[in-house]
Amino acid sequence: MTDIQVHFASDRSLLVMLGNEISREQQRKVAQLCAVIERDRYGAVQNVHPAYGSVLITFDPRRTSAASMAAAARKWLERMSSIELPPARRVEIPVCYGSSFGPDLPDVAAHTGLSCDDVVRIHSSAEYFVYFLGFSPGFPYLGDLPRELAVPRLGTPRTRVPAGSVAIGGTQTGVYPLASPGGWRIIGRTPLKLFEPLGESPTLLQMGDLVNFEPISEEEFVRVAEEPE
Amino acid sequence: MPLRVTSAGFQTTVQDAGRQGYAHLGVSASGAADAVSMRFGNLLVGNPEHAPALEMTLVGGSFLFDEAAVIALTGSDFDPLLDGDSVPMWTSIPVAAGQQLSCRATKSGARCYLCISGGIRVPPVLGSASTHLMTGLGGHLGRALRAGDELELGKPRQEAAGWWRLPDQVVDRLKRRVIRVTEGPQSDVYAARALSEFASSVYFVSEDSNRMGIRLRGNPLPWRQVCDMLTEGVSLGAIQVPPDGQPIILFVEHQTTGGYPKIANVISADMHAVGQLRPRDSVRFEFVSLDTAYELLAELEALIHPRSLVPFNA
Repeated sequence: MTDIQVHFASDRSLLVMLGNEISREQQRKVAQLCAVIERDRYGAVQNVHPAYGSVLITFDPRRTSAASMAAAARKWLERMSSIELPPARRVEIPVCYGSSFGPDLPDVAAHTGLSCDDVVRIHSSAEYFVYFLGFSPGFPYLGDLPRELAVPRLGTPRTRVPAGSVAIGGTQTGVYPLASPGGWRIIGRTPLKLFEPLGESPTLLQMGDLVNFEPISEEEFVRVAEEPE
Repeated sequence: MPLRVTSAGFQTTVQDAGRQGYAHLGVSASGAADAVSMRFGNLLVGNPEHAPALEMTLVGGSFLFDEAAVIALTGSDFDPLLDGDSVPMWTSIPVAAGQQLSCRATKSGARCYLCISGGIRVPPVLGSASTHLMTGLGGHLGRALRAGDELELGKPRQEAAGWWRLPDQVVDRLKRRVIRVTEGPQSDVYAARALSEFASSVYFVSEDSNRMGIRLRGNPLPWRQVCDMLTEGVSLGAIQVPPDGQPIILFVEHQTTGGYPKIANVISADMHAVGQLRPRDSVRFEFVSLDTAYELLAELEALIHPRSLVPFNA
């Protein structure tokens, strides 16, 4: 507990630093802190923003102050180790690699010195861990990409990456839940929706999930995409 | 339909207090860029403070009313006309069925709110009517309004709202030339002179600013060392400084996490003034303590109350 730091980030937020590394063990602490706040039904908390080693807690500054929230945070930190996290869910994400869905697959092969088939085989045989969702709705920060697949980001980001695109950027891999600009290299696309605001659960993935990518054909892509929700 | 959009203006969206509680899924709150003006507008038409309203940006839209309503225009002066006659800002205005409201280019800041008795009725998404433009979420079909759109209105409250206006001296108290900030979580990343440089410099609002972020141009703020920080949660109003040294104020549609250090954070009492910054406006910052930030917020909140309104003969 001694290395945990609580910073006043603003008059409406508190930054709880649990550590400064990227590890699954540390992620468990992040998930436990979020869970203990949720168990208290948030109270004056408006949002929790989990990340690799920290949780930003935002609150309504008309209802409480940073000092009072810091006192509440210390209590949550004391109690969080009693939280039993549910076992990790396993989520399989079908991906149609290459062709028009993955225009940068040949580039990734060239950068890594592998064949396109090898890139697909290695990418789809690894197991990935969802450290947290952030940046934009439903976007998973995934670890850990096999080292041999690391490639530099595009020199000029695309102005529009289609929703569902599976991409590699640096040592990270991810799926774009919504069409957006992006600088990662696109190797395929999933027909699944990662963000459905009107669904029972708005996001396909959650913090702590284990993810596998499953290669599918274009025909299967179309079939899954057309399935009723 | 009670409200027809005959011209949409530059960027007009449905907004309310925003969508809280989904940041852990990557969804930022969105909501009115100048929530103080929107809340006053709702008070003027007898709505709950956070009833959904229309937020217009730089150039306003035109609207045809199919039903009688009470409206108020608040925020920046968009030169509004009702059937060709000028109507005042910050005032409750009766509108008869068949009348047309036309707003024009701004005469002051970035945003003007059109509040209508009963509020704009759109299906709530994750508990809010706010449009999140960057992700196409909420509001009217997840997007800015277009000419030809038709909007439903909610049911006005039973009791007559009466006719009110907000006195000039209260409106003037909302305007701010200097935006007050508290120190950010990574203030120590910057060179010692960076904080004083930030507080003593004039910055200009860049053209590529939007509801996600207000980009500033001015004296670059040097880092003391290479900052190798892990991605972490970011707060509304955080002022992050990328390696080029040019600050960005993270605004209502901000990303929920980010990897750049933050030198400061706009205080809650001044967020509404950020929502009125236009491209090419100049802006300055002043550091205050957290205690001062809460005192200023309490003063502002005390103002946002029906007792600030004065009767007006419509």
